Amino acid sequence: MRGWFLPMAVVFGFVFLYAPIISLVVFSFNESRLVTVWGGFSTRWYGELLRDRQILGSAWISLQVAFASATLATIIGTLGAFVLTRFSTFAGRLLLTGMITAPLVMPEVITGLSLLLLFVSMELSLGWPAGRGLTTIIIAHTTFCAAFVAVIAQSRLRSMDESLEEAARDLGAGPVRVFFDITLPVITPALVAGWLLAFTLSLDDLVIASFVSGPGASTLPMVIFSKVRLGVSPDINALATIIIGFVVIAVLIAGWLMRRALRQGK
Amino acid sequence: MSAGNALTRSAPWRGTAWVMGKLGLSGRTLVIAIPMLWLGVFFLAPFFVLGRISLAEALIARPPYTPLFERGPDGSLQIIASLENYRFLMTDALYRNAYLSSIRVAFVSTIFALLIGYPIAYYIARAPEPKRSILLLMVILPFWTSFLLRVYAWMGFLRSNGVINNTLISLGIIDSPIQMMQTDFAVYIGIVYTYLPFMILPLYANLTKLDGALLEAASDLGASPTVTFFTVTLPLSLPGIVAGSMLVFIPAIGEYVIPALLGGPNTLMIGRVLWDEFFSSRDWPVASAVAIVMLVLVVAPIMWLQSVQNRREER
Repeated sequence: MRGWFLPMAVVFGFVFLYAPIISLVVFSFNESRLVTVWGGFSTRWYGELLRDRQILGSAWISLQVAFASATLATIIGTLGAFVLTRFSTFAGRLLLTGMITAPLVMPEVITGLSLLLLFVSMELSLGWPAGRGLTTIIIAHTTFCAAFVAVIAQSRLRSMDESLEEAARDLGAGPVRVFFDITLPVITPALVAGWLLAFTLSLDDLVIASFVSGPGASTLPMVIFSKVRLGVSPDINALATIIIGFVVIAVLIAGWLMRRALRQGK
Repeated sequence: MSAGNALTRSAPWRGTAWVMGKLGLSGRTLVIAIPMLWLGVFFLAPFFVLGRISLAEALIARPPYTPLFERGPDGSLQIIASLENYRFLMTDALYRNAYLSSIRVAFVSTIFALLIGYPIAYYIARAPEPKRSILLLMVILPFWTSFLLRVYAWMGFLRSNGVINNTLISLGIIDSPIQMMQTDFAVYIGIVYTYLPFMILPLYANLTKLDGALLEAASDLGASPTVTFFTVTLPLSLPGIVAGSMLVFIPAIGEYVIPALLGGPNTLMIGRVLWDEFFSSRDWPVASAVAIVMLVLVVAPIMWLQSVQNRREER
Protein backbone atom coordinates (compact mmCIF):
# COMPACT_ATOMS: atom_id res chain seq x y z
CA MET A 1 0.00 0.00 0.00
CA ARG A 2 2.95 2.37 -0.51
CA GLY A 3 3.85 4.58 -3.40
CA TRP A 4 1.13 5.90 -5.63
CA PHE A 5 -1.69 3.48 -4.89
CA LEU A 6 -2.67 4.60 -1.38
CA PRO A 7 -2.78 8.39 -1.99
CA MET A 8 -4.68 7.80 -5.23
CA ALA A 9 -7.24 5.63 -3.46
CA VAL A 10 -7.66 8.21 -0.69
CA VAL A 11 -8.07 11.09 -3.14
CA PHE A 12 -10.61 9.04 -5.06
CA GLY A 13 -12.47 8.29 -1.81
CA PHE A 14 -12.70 11.93 -0.79
CA VAL A 15 -13.71 13.03 -4.30
CA PHE A 16 -16.45 10.39 -4.11
CA LEU A 17 -17.56 11.77 -0.73
CA TYR A 18 -17.52 15.46 -1.62
CA ALA A 19 -18.11 15.86 -5.37
CA PRO A 20 -21.90 15.29 -5.18
CA ILE A 21 -22.23 17.70 -2.25
CA ILE A 22 -20.18 20.39 -3.95
CA SER A 23 -22.19 20.08 -7.16
CA LEU A 24 -25.39 20.31 -5.09
CA VAL A 25 -24.21 23.60 -3.58
CA VAL A 26 -22.93 25.04 -6.88
CA PHE A 27 -26.18 24.34 -8.74
CA SER A 28 -28.25 25.90 -5.97
CA PHE A 29 -26.98 29.23 -7.31
CA ASN A 30 -28.01 28.34 -10.85
CA GLU A 31 -30.38 30.63 -12.72
CA SER A 32 -31.73 27.80 -14.88
CA ARG A 33 -34.49 25.48 -13.73
CA LEU A 34 -32.48 22.60 -15.25
CA VAL A 35 -30.52 21.66 -12.18
CA THR A 36 -27.41 20.40 -13.93
CA VAL A 37 -27.05 22.93 -16.78
CA TRP A 38 -25.37 26.17 -15.81
CA GLY A 39 -27.48 29.23 -16.68
CA GLY A 40 -25.72 31.97 -14.74
CA PHE A 41 -25.48 32.95 -11.08
CA SER A 42 -28.68 33.65 -9.19
CA THR A 43 -30.15 33.37 -5.73
CA ARG A 44 -33.73 33.11 -6.94
CA TRP A 45 -34.19 29.53 -5.61
CA TYR A 46 -33.42 30.73 -2.11
CA GLY A 47 -36.18 33.30 -2.50
CA GLU A 48 -38.61 30.66 -3.70
CA LEU A 49 -37.62 28.40 -0.83
CA LEU A 50 -38.36 31.11 1.73
CA ARG A 51 -41.79 31.66 0.17
CA ASP A 52 -42.60 27.94 0.21
CA ARG A 53 -45.02 27.62 3.14
CA GLN A 54 -45.15 23.82 2.86
CA ILE A 55 -41.40 23.43 3.33
CA LEU A 56 -41.18 26.02 6.10
CA GLY A 57 -44.15 24.48 7.94
CA SER A 58 -42.76 20.96 7.71
CA ALA A 59 -39.33 22.18 8.85
CA TRP A 60 -40.99 23.60 11.96
CA ILE A 61 -42.79 20.28 12.59
CA SER A 62 -39.52 18.38 12.15
CA LEU A 63 -37.73 20.62 14.62
CA GLN A 64 -40.49 20.20 17.21
CA VAL A 65 -40.49 16.42 16.76
CA ALA A 66 -36.69 16.23 16.91
CA PHE A 67 -36.49 18.37 20.04
CA ALA A 68 -39.19 16.44 21.90
CA SER A 69 -38.06 12.98 20.88
CA ALA A 70 -34.36 13.68 21.49
CA THR A 71 -35.20 14.87 25.01
CA LEU A 72 -37.49 11.94 25.78
CA ALA A 73 -35.04 9.48 24.21
CA THR A 74 -32.21 10.87 26.34
CA ILE A 75 -34.25 10.33 29.52
CA ILE A 76 -35.39 6.81 28.62
CA GLY A 77 -32.08 5.77 27.09
CA THR A 78 -30.12 7.02 30.11
CA LEU A 79 -32.45 5.27 32.55
CA GLY A 80 -32.16 2.06 30.55
CA ALA A 81 -28.37 2.30 30.41
CA PHE A 82 -28.20 3.12 34.11
CA VAL A 83 -30.38 0.17 35.05
CA LEU A 84 -28.33 -2.21 32.90
CA THR A 85 -24.94 -1.05 34.19
CA ARG A 86 -25.72 -0.48 37.88
CA PHE A 87 -28.38 -3.06 38.79
CA SER A 88 -26.74 -6.42 38.28
CA THR A 89 -29.77 -8.61 38.84
CA PHE A 90 -33.45 -7.91 38.34
CA ALA A 91 -36.37 -9.66 36.71
CA GLY A 92 -36.40 -8.99 32.98
CA ARG A 93 -32.78 -7.93 32.67
CA LEU A 94 -32.28 -10.05 29.56
CA LEU A 95 -35.50 -8.68 28.08
CA LEU A 96 -34.42 -5.08 28.64
CA THR A 97 -30.99 -5.78 27.14
CA GLY A 98 -32.67 -7.19 24.05
CA MET A 99 -35.20 -4.38 23.75
CA ILE A 100 -32.53 -1.73 24.04
CA THR A 101 -30.16 -3.19 21.43
CA ALA A 102 -32.65 -4.60 18.92
CA PRO A 103 -33.83 -1.21 17.56
CA LEU A 104 -30.26 -0.63 16.32
CA VAL A 105 -30.50 -3.47 13.81
CA MET A 106 -34.22 -3.27 13.08
CA PRO A 107 -35.00 -2.27 9.48
CA GLU A 108 -36.88 1.05 9.49
CA VAL A 109 -39.75 -0.33 7.42
CA ILE A 110 -40.46 -2.95 10.10
CA THR A 111 -40.26 -0.47 12.99
CA GLY A 112 -42.54 1.92 11.12
CA LEU A 113 -45.12 -0.65 10.07
CA SER A 114 -45.32 -2.41 13.43
CA LEU A 115 -45.68 0.86 15.35
CA LEU A 116 -48.41 2.05 13.02
CA LEU A 117 -50.30 -1.21 13.51
CA LEU A 118 -49.90 -0.80 17.27
CA PHE A 119 -51.26 2.77 17.15
CA VAL A 120 -54.22 1.66 15.03
CA SER A 121 -55.09 -1.25 17.36
CA MET A 122 -54.64 0.95 20.42
CA GLU A 123 -56.95 3.54 18.95
CA LEU A 124 -59.56 0.85 18.27
CA SER A 125 -59.41 -0.72 21.71
CA LEU A 126 -58.37 2.15 24.00
CA GLY A 127 -59.35 5.23 22.03
CA TRP A 128 -55.81 6.56 22.26
CA PRO A 129 -53.93 7.90 20.35
CA ALA A 130 -56.84 9.56 18.56
CA GLY A 131 -55.61 9.66 14.99
CA ARG A 132 -51.99 10.03 14.03
CA GLY A 133 -49.77 13.06 13.88
CA LEU A 134 -47.16 14.85 15.92
CA THR A 135 -47.62 12.67 19.03
CA THR A 136 -47.26 9.36 17.23
CA ILE A 137 -44.15 10.54 15.35
CA ILE A 138 -42.60 11.70 18.63
CA ILE A 139 -43.34 8.34 20.29
CA ALA A 140 -41.88 6.42 17.34
CA HIS A 141 -38.73 8.55 17.16
CA THR A 142 -38.23 8.42 20.92
CA THR A 143 -38.32 4.63 20.80
CA PHE A 144 -35.66 4.13 18.15
CA CYS A 145 -33.48 7.05 19.29
CA ALA A 146 -33.48 5.81 22.92
CA ALA A 147 -31.48 2.79 21.76
CA PHE A 148 -28.73 5.01 20.33
CA VAL A 149 -28.62 7.18 23.46
CA ALA A 150 -28.46 4.03 25.61
CA VAL A 151 -25.40 2.74 23.72
CA ILE A 152 -23.52 5.99 24.30
CA ALA A 153 -24.65 6.33 27.94
CA GLN A 154 -23.82 2.69 28.65
CA SER A 155 -20.24 2.97 27.45
CA ARG A 156 -19.73 6.12 29.55
CA LEU A 157 -21.33 4.56 32.65
CA ARG A 158 -19.12 1.49 32.27
CA SER A 159 -15.91 3.48 31.90
CA MET A 160 -16.56 5.95 34.75
CA ASP A 161 -14.88 5.51 38.10
CA GLU A 162 -17.47 3.88 40.33
CA SER A 163 -15.48 4.63 43.48
CA LEU A 164 -16.85 8.20 43.25
CA GLU A 165 -20.38 6.86 43.67
CA GLU A 166 -19.24 4.53 46.42
CA ALA A 167 -17.57 7.39 48.28
CA ALA A 168 -20.77 9.45 48.14
CA ARG A 169 -22.77 6.50 49.44
CA ASP A 170 -20.28 5.92 52.24
CA LEU A 171 -20.67 9.56 53.22
CA GLY A 172 -24.39 8.98 53.63
CA ALA A 173 -25.92 10.18 50.34
CA GLY A 174 -29.06 8.35 49.21
CA PRO A 175 -29.29 6.77 45.75
CA VAL A 176 -31.12 9.78 44.29
CA ARG A 177 -28.51 12.24 45.55
CA VAL A 178 -25.70 10.01 44.30
CA PHE A 179 -27.28 9.93 40.86
CA PHE A 180 -27.96 13.66 40.55
CA ASP A 181 -24.81 14.93 42.28
CA ILE A 182 -22.22 12.39 41.14
CA THR A 183 -23.29 10.19 38.24
CA LEU A 184 -25.22 12.73 36.18
CA PRO A 185 -22.52 15.46 36.13
CA VAL A 186 -19.90 12.88 35.14
CA ILE A 187 -21.90 11.43 32.24
CA THR A 188 -23.38 14.76 31.04
CA PRO A 189 -20.98 15.17 28.06
CA ALA A 190 -21.99 11.70 26.84
CA LEU A 191 -25.66 12.59 27.27
CA VAL A 192 -25.19 15.79 25.28
CA ALA A 193 -23.60 13.73 22.51
CA GLY A 194 -26.48 11.26 22.76
CA TRP A 195 -29.08 14.04 22.62
CA LEU A 196 -27.41 15.53 19.53
CA LEU A 197 -27.29 12.15 17.81
CA ALA A 198 -30.97 11.52 18.62
CA PHE A 199 -31.87 15.00 17.36
CA THR A 200 -30.04 14.36 14.07
CA LEU A 201 -31.54 10.89 13.64
CA SER A 202 -35.04 12.21 14.24
CA LEU A 203 -34.53 15.12 11.86
CA ASP A 204 -33.25 12.71 9.22
CA ASP A 205 -35.91 10.01 9.42
CA LEU A 206 -38.25 9.55 6.50
CA VAL A 207 -39.42 5.93 6.62
CA ILE A 208 -40.70 5.63 10.20
CA ALA A 209 -42.34 9.07 10.10
CA SER A 210 -44.10 8.20 6.82
CA PHE A 211 -45.73 5.17 8.44
CA VAL A 212 -46.83 6.74 11.72
CA SER A 213 -47.73 10.28 10.67
CA GLY A 214 -51.19 11.43 9.76
CA PRO A 215 -52.68 14.17 7.61
CA GLY A 216 -51.38 17.61 8.49
CA ALA A 217 -48.20 16.35 10.12
CA SER A 218 -45.67 15.98 7.33
CA THR A 219 -42.07 16.24 8.45
CA LEU A 220 -39.42 17.96 6.32
CA PRO A 221 -37.98 14.68 4.95
CA MET A 222 -41.49 13.63 3.92
CA VAL A 223 -42.02 16.86 1.97
CA ILE A 224 -38.55 16.67 0.41
CA PHE A 225 -39.12 13.05 -0.58
CA SER A 226 -42.43 13.77 -2.27
CA LYS A 227 -40.79 16.61 -4.25
CA VAL A 228 -37.62 14.74 -5.11
CA ARG A 229 -39.50 11.68 -6.26
CA LEU A 230 -40.83 13.67 -9.18
CA GLY A 231 -37.31 14.66 -10.21
CA VAL A 232 -34.60 17.14 -9.28
CA SER A 233 -35.76 20.62 -8.34
CA PRO A 234 -33.50 23.62 -7.71
CA ASP A 235 -35.19 24.83 -4.52
CA ILE A 236 -34.22 21.50 -2.89
CA ASN A 237 -30.61 22.32 -3.84
CA ALA A 238 -31.01 25.64 -2.04
CA LEU A 239 -32.43 23.87 1.01
CA ALA A 240 -29.56 21.37 0.98
CA THR A 241 -27.03 24.22 0.79
CA ILE A 242 -28.61 25.91 3.82
CA ILE A 243 -28.51 22.66 5.81
CA ILE A 244 -24.90 21.99 4.80
CA GLY A 245 -24.02 25.56 5.80
CA PHE A 246 -25.56 25.05 9.24
CA VAL A 247 -23.67 21.78 9.74
CA VAL A 248 -20.33 23.23 8.66
CA ILE A 249 -20.77 26.26 10.94
CA ALA A 250 -21.83 24.05 13.88
CA VAL A 251 -18.81 21.78 13.36
CA LEU A 252 -16.44 24.75 13.13
CA ILE A 253 -17.86 26.25 16.35
CA ALA A 254 -17.65 22.88 18.12
CA GLY A 255 -14.06 22.45 16.93
CA TRP A 256 -13.13 25.95 18.11
CA LEU A 257 -14.74 25.37 21.53
CA MET A 258 -12.95 22.05 21.90
CA ARG A 259 -9.56 23.60 21.04
CA ARG A 260 -10.18 26.41 23.52
CA ALA A 261 -11.17 23.91 26.23
CA LEU A 262 -8.01 21.89 25.49
CA ARG A 263 -5.81 25.00 25.73
CA GLN A 264 -7.39 26.05 29.01
CA GLY A 265 -6.89 22.54 30.31
CA LYS A 266 -3.14 22.74 29.72
CA MET B 1 -27.22 23.22 48.27
CA SER B 2 -26.63 20.64 45.56
CA ALA B 3 -29.16 19.77 42.89
CA GLY B 4 -29.70 16.27 44.22
CA ASN B 5 -30.15 17.54 47.75
CA ALA B 6 -32.61 20.23 46.69
CA LEU B 7 -34.57 17.68 44.70
CA THR B 8 -34.88 15.09 47.48
CA ARG B 9 -35.97 17.81 49.94
CA SER B 10 -38.59 19.34 47.67
CA ALA B 11 -42.24 18.86 48.59
CA PRO B 12 -43.34 17.14 45.33
CA TRP B 13 -40.49 14.66 45.60
CA ARG B 14 -41.27 13.78 49.21
CA GLY B 15 -44.97 13.50 48.39
CA THR B 16 -44.28 11.10 45.54
CA ALA B 17 -41.92 9.07 47.70
CA TRP B 18 -44.61 8.84 50.41
CA VAL B 19 -47.27 7.64 47.94
CA MET B 20 -44.86 5.10 46.46
CA GLY B 21 -43.96 3.85 49.94
CA LYS B 22 -47.65 3.34 50.69
CA LEU B 23 -48.03 1.40 47.44
CA GLY B 24 -45.06 -0.75 48.33
CA LEU B 25 -42.97 0.47 45.36
CA SER B 26 -39.31 1.21 45.74
CA GLY B 27 -37.47 3.84 43.75
CA ARG B 28 -35.42 1.08 42.22
CA THR B 29 -38.55 -0.57 40.81
CA LEU B 30 -39.68 2.72 39.31
CA VAL B 31 -36.30 3.35 37.67
CA ILE B 32 -36.41 -0.11 36.12
CA ALA B 33 -40.07 0.23 35.17
CA ILE B 34 -39.82 3.40 33.06
CA PRO B 35 -37.54 2.13 30.25
CA MET B 36 -39.03 -1.36 30.57
CA LEU B 37 -42.60 -0.13 30.11
CA TRP B 38 -41.81 2.31 27.32
CA LEU B 39 -39.89 -0.26 25.28
CA GLY B 40 -42.33 -3.01 26.17
CA VAL B 41 -45.28 -1.03 24.86
CA PHE B 42 -43.68 0.75 21.91
CA PHE B 43 -41.05 -1.72 20.81
CA LEU B 44 -42.04 -5.25 21.86
CA ALA B 45 -45.84 -5.10 21.73
CA PRO B 46 -45.90 -3.88 18.09
CA PHE B 47 -44.38 -7.18 17.00
CA PHE B 48 -47.28 -9.11 18.52
CA VAL B 49 -49.71 -6.83 16.70
CA LEU B 50 -47.66 -7.37 13.53
CA GLY B 51 -47.81 -11.15 13.95
CA ARG B 52 -51.52 -11.09 14.64
CA ILE B 53 -52.36 -8.93 11.61
CA SER B 54 -50.17 -11.10 9.37
CA LEU B 55 -52.70 -13.87 10.09
CA ALA B 56 -55.68 -11.73 9.08
CA GLU B 57 -57.19 -11.04 5.70
CA ALA B 58 -57.29 -7.71 3.93
CA LEU B 59 -60.63 -5.90 3.95
CA ILE B 60 -61.80 -2.68 2.41
CA ALA B 61 -62.78 -1.16 5.72
CA ARG B 62 -61.36 0.69 8.69
CA PRO B 63 -59.17 -0.94 9.87
CA PRO B 64 -58.38 -2.74 6.60
CA TYR B 65 -58.09 -6.27 8.01
CA THR B 66 -60.34 -8.94 9.51
CA PRO B 67 -60.67 -9.11 13.31
CA LEU B 68 -58.95 -11.90 15.21
CA PHE B 69 -62.00 -12.88 17.21
CA GLU B 70 -65.50 -13.17 15.90
CA ARG B 71 -68.80 -14.21 17.47
CA GLY B 72 -70.02 -17.42 15.88
CA PRO B 73 -73.74 -18.01 15.13
CA ASP B 74 -74.14 -19.69 18.54
CA GLY B 75 -72.46 -16.77 20.31
CA SER B 76 -69.17 -18.58 20.91
CA LEU B 77 -65.92 -16.77 20.37
CA GLN B 78 -64.06 -17.93 17.30
CA ILE B 79 -60.50 -17.21 16.39
CA ILE B 80 -60.01 -16.33 12.75
CA ALA B 81 -56.43 -16.83 11.69
CA SER B 82 -55.00 -18.17 8.51
CA LEU B 83 -51.56 -18.76 7.12
CA GLU B 84 -52.87 -17.73 3.70
CA ASN B 85 -50.59 -14.66 3.53
CA TYR B 86 -47.49 -16.77 4.20
CA ARG B 87 -48.57 -19.31 1.60
CA PHE B 88 -48.97 -16.41 -0.83
CA LEU B 89 -45.45 -15.15 -0.06
CA MET B 90 -44.04 -18.61 -0.73
CA THR B 91 -45.82 -19.16 -4.02
CA ASP B 92 -45.33 -15.69 -5.53
CA ALA B 93 -41.82 -15.46 -6.98
CA LEU B 94 -41.78 -11.69 -6.47
CA TYR B 95 -41.20 -11.98 -2.74
CA ARG B 96 -38.55 -14.69 -2.94
CA ASN B 97 -36.70 -12.69 -5.58
CA ALA B 98 -36.99 -9.53 -3.49
CA TYR B 99 -35.46 -11.20 -0.43
CA LEU B 100 -32.64 -12.71 -2.49
CA SER B 101 -31.95 -9.51 -4.37
CA SER B 102 -31.89 -7.46 -1.14
CA ILE B 103 -29.20 -9.76 0.20
CA ARG B 104 -27.29 -9.51 -3.09
CA VAL B 105 -27.49 -5.71 -3.25
CA ALA B 106 -26.49 -5.34 0.40
CA PHE B 107 -23.60 -7.77 -0.08
CA VAL B 108 -22.21 -6.14 -3.24
CA SER B 109 -22.53 -2.67 -1.67
CA THR B 110 -20.70 -3.84 1.44
CA ILE B 111 -17.82 -5.16 -0.68
CA PHE B 112 -17.59 -1.84 -2.55
CA ALA B 113 -17.73 0.11 0.72
CA LEU B 114 -14.90 -2.05 2.06
CA LEU B 115 -12.78 -1.53 -1.06
CA ILE B 116 -13.25 2.25 -0.94
CA GLY B 117 -13.23 2.58 2.85
CA TYR B 118 -10.21 0.43 3.70
CA PRO B 119 -7.53 2.59 2.01
CA ILE B 120 -9.03 5.73 3.57
CA ALA B 121 -9.12 4.19 7.06
CA TYR B 122 -5.57 2.88 6.60
CA TYR B 123 -4.29 6.24 5.43
CA ILE B 124 -5.99 8.16 8.27
CA ALA B 125 -4.70 5.70 10.88
CA ARG B 126 -1.14 6.30 9.62
CA ALA B 127 -1.42 10.09 9.28
CA PRO B 128 0.31 12.42 11.79
CA GLU B 129 -1.91 14.13 14.36
CA PRO B 130 -3.42 17.39 13.12
CA LYS B 131 -3.95 15.88 9.68
CA ARG B 132 -5.50 12.76 11.17
CA SER B 133 -8.21 14.65 13.08
CA ILE B 134 -9.05 16.80 10.07
CA LEU B 135 -9.38 13.81 7.74
CA LEU B 136 -11.50 11.96 10.29
CA LEU B 137 -13.76 14.99 10.60
CA MET B 138 -14.02 15.13 6.80
CA VAL B 139 -15.21 11.52 6.76
CA ILE B 140 -17.91 12.18 9.38
CA LEU B 141 -19.03 15.60 8.11
CA PRO B 142 -21.28 14.36 5.26
CA PHE B 143 -22.97 12.03 7.76
CA TRP B 144 -24.28 15.04 9.68
CA THR B 145 -26.07 16.45 6.65
CA SER B 146 -29.41 15.03 5.64
CA PHE B 147 -29.36 11.45 4.37
CA LEU B 148 -32.17 12.18 1.92
CA LEU B 149 -30.33 15.15 0.45
CA ARG B 150 -27.16 13.09 0.01
CA VAL B 151 -29.12 10.57 -2.02
CA TYR B 152 -30.69 13.47 -3.90
CA ALA B 153 -27.22 14.79 -4.72
CA TRP B 154 -26.54 11.57 -6.64
CA MET B 155 -29.73 12.01 -8.63
CA GLY B 156 -28.29 15.23 -10.05
CA PHE B 157 -25.00 13.45 -10.67
CA LEU B 158 -26.18 10.30 -12.39
CA ARG B 159 -29.06 11.55 -14.55
CA SER B 160 -28.88 11.33 -18.35
CA ASN B 161 -28.31 15.10 -18.42
CA GLY B 162 -26.56 14.99 -15.08
CA VAL B 163 -23.10 16.17 -14.12
CA ILE B 164 -21.23 12.96 -15.05
CA ASN B 165 -22.83 12.53 -18.45
CA ASN B 166 -22.50 16.23 -19.30
CA THR B 167 -18.82 16.20 -18.38
CA LEU B 168 -18.09 13.05 -20.37
CA ILE B 169 -19.94 14.39 -23.42
CA SER B 170 -18.22 17.79 -23.31
CA LEU B 171 -14.86 16.04 -23.05
CA GLY B 172 -15.78 14.03 -26.13
CA ILE B 173 -15.39 10.68 -24.36
CA ILE B 174 -18.94 9.58 -25.11
CA ASP B 175 -21.48 10.75 -27.70
CA SER B 176 -24.74 9.92 -25.99
CA PRO B 177 -25.49 9.78 -22.27
CA ILE B 178 -24.97 6.51 -20.40
CA GLN B 179 -27.98 5.25 -18.48
CA MET B 180 -26.87 5.32 -14.86
CA MET B 181 -29.98 6.38 -12.95
CA GLN B 182 -32.57 3.70 -12.31
CA THR B 183 -30.04 0.89 -12.39
CA ASP B 184 -28.70 -1.45 -9.72
CA PHE B 185 -25.38 0.36 -10.13
CA ALA B 186 -26.97 3.60 -8.90
CA VAL B 187 -28.37 1.75 -5.89
CA TYR B 188 -24.91 0.37 -5.04
CA ILE B 189 -23.47 3.88 -5.26
CA GLY B 190 -26.23 5.29 -3.08
CA ILE B 191 -25.72 2.66 -0.38
CA VAL B 192 -21.92 2.90 -0.42
CA TYR B 193 -22.11 6.68 -0.29
CA THR B 194 -24.59 6.76 2.56
CA TYR B 195 -22.92 4.18 4.78
CA LEU B 196 -19.23 4.73 3.98
CA PRO B 197 -18.49 6.46 7.33
CA PHE B 198 -19.91 3.39 9.12
CA MET B 199 -17.30 1.30 7.30
CA ILE B 200 -14.39 3.68 7.80
CA LEU B 201 -14.80 4.42 11.53
CA PRO B 202 -14.58 0.84 12.92
CA LEU B 203 -11.74 0.09 10.47
CA TYR B 204 -9.91 3.21 11.59
CA ALA B 205 -10.42 2.35 15.27
CA ASN B 206 -9.01 -1.09 14.61
CA LEU B 207 -6.06 0.02 12.46
CA THR B 208 -4.86 2.64 14.98
CA LYS B 209 -4.47 -0.15 17.54
CA LEU B 210 -2.18 -2.08 15.19
CA ASP B 211 1.23 -2.59 16.76
CA GLY B 212 3.86 -0.90 14.57
CA ALA B 213 6.53 -3.28 15.89
CA LEU B 214 4.86 -6.16 14.03
CA LEU B 215 5.17 -4.29 10.74
CA GLU B 216 8.81 -3.47 11.45
CA ALA B 217 9.51 -7.09 12.34
CA ALA B 218 7.97 -8.22 9.07
CA SER B 219 10.00 -5.80 7.01
CA ASP B 220 13.20 -6.61 8.97
CA LEU B 221 12.64 -10.23 8.07
CA GLY B 222 12.56 -9.22 4.44
CA ALA B 223 8.87 -8.99 3.65
CA SER B 224 7.94 -6.44 1.01
CA PRO B 225 5.33 -3.82 2.00
CA THR B 226 2.70 -5.68 -0.07
CA VAL B 227 3.49 -9.01 1.58
CA THR B 228 3.47 -7.34 5.02
CA PHE B 229 0.09 -5.84 4.28
CA PHE B 230 -1.48 -9.12 3.23
CA THR B 231 0.13 -11.29 5.91
CA VAL B 232 0.13 -8.94 8.93
CA THR B 233 -2.11 -5.86 8.60
CA LEU B 234 -5.06 -7.40 6.79
CA PRO B 235 -5.50 -10.46 9.05
CA LEU B 236 -5.11 -8.32 12.18
CA SER B 237 -7.73 -5.85 10.97
CA LEU B 238 -10.30 -8.58 10.43
CA PRO B 239 -12.42 -7.59 13.49
CA GLY B 240 -12.63 -4.04 12.09
CA ILE B 241 -13.60 -5.40 8.67
CA VAL B 242 -16.34 -7.53 10.22
CA ALA B 243 -17.67 -4.68 12.38
CA GLY B 244 -17.68 -2.17 9.51
CA SER B 245 -19.25 -4.64 7.09
CA MET B 246 -22.05 -5.40 9.53
CA LEU B 247 -22.77 -1.69 9.95
CA VAL B 248 -23.14 -1.31 6.18
CA PHE B 249 -24.87 -4.60 5.46
CA ILE B 250 -27.57 -4.35 8.16
CA PRO B 251 -29.15 -1.03 7.19
CA ALA B 252 -28.63 -1.75 3.47
CA ILE B 253 -30.73 -4.88 3.48
CA GLY B 254 -33.97 -3.19 4.57
CA GLU B 255 -33.29 0.00 2.64
CA TYR B 256 -36.25 1.76 1.06
CA VAL B 257 -35.25 5.32 0.14
CA ILE B 258 -32.17 4.53 -1.96
CA PRO B 259 -33.81 1.94 -4.28
CA ALA B 260 -36.91 4.15 -4.49
CA LEU B 261 -34.97 7.22 -5.64
CA LEU B 262 -31.98 5.79 -7.53
CA GLY B 263 -33.17 2.33 -8.54
CA GLY B 264 -35.27 1.42 -11.52
CA PRO B 265 -38.56 -0.44 -11.62
CA ASN B 266 -36.57 -3.68 -11.77
CA THR B 267 -34.57 -2.99 -8.63
CA LEU B 268 -36.33 -5.32 -6.23
CA MET B 269 -35.61 -4.85 -2.58
CA ILE B 270 -37.66 -6.21 0.25
CA GLY B 271 -38.00 -2.88 2.07
CA ARG B 272 -39.46 -1.39 -1.08
CA VAL B 273 -41.82 -4.34 -1.59
CA LEU B 274 -43.10 -3.94 1.97
CA TRP B 275 -43.57 -0.19 1.47
CA ASP B 276 -45.48 -0.65 -1.79
CA GLU B 277 -47.59 -3.43 -0.30
CA PHE B 278 -48.58 -1.06 2.47
CA PHE B 279 -48.85 2.33 0.76
CA SER B 280 -49.84 1.36 -2.80
CA SER B 281 -51.73 -1.94 -2.50
CA ARG B 282 -52.96 -1.04 1.01
CA ASP B 283 -52.74 -4.71 1.92
CA TRP B 284 -51.78 -4.48 5.59
CA PRO B 285 -51.86 -8.24 6.31
CA VAL B 286 -49.50 -9.11 3.43
CA ALA B 287 -47.18 -6.23 4.41
CA SER B 288 -47.17 -7.64 7.97
CA ALA B 289 -46.36 -11.12 6.71
CA VAL B 290 -43.48 -9.70 4.64
CA ALA B 291 -42.19 -7.98 7.79
CA ILE B 292 -42.47 -11.15 9.89
CA VAL B 293 -40.59 -13.22 7.31
CA MET B 294 -37.95 -10.48 7.14
CA LEU B 295 -37.62 -10.58 10.95
CA VAL B 296 -37.12 -14.34 10.94
CA LEU B 297 -34.86 -14.61 7.89
CA VAL B 298 -32.81 -11.42 8.15
CA VAL B 299 -33.01 -9.71 11.54
CA ALA B 300 -32.86 -12.79 13.78
CA PRO B 301 -29.65 -14.17 12.20
CA ILE B 302 -28.03 -10.73 12.38
CA MET B 303 -28.90 -10.36 16.07
CA TRP B 304 -27.61 -13.84 16.75
CA LEU B 305 -24.34 -13.07 14.92
CA GLN B 306 -23.93 -9.85 16.89
CA SER B 307 -24.49 -11.51 20.24
CA VAL B 308 -21.92 -14.17 19.33
CA GLN B 309 -19.48 -11.42 18.36
CA ASN B 310 -20.13 -9.46 21.55
CA ARG B 311 -19.51 -12.52 23.67
CA ARG B 312 -16.27 -13.13 21.83
CA GLU B 313 -15.16 -9.55 22.45
CA GLU B 314 -15.97 -9.75 26.15
CA ARG B 315 -13.75 -12.78 26.52
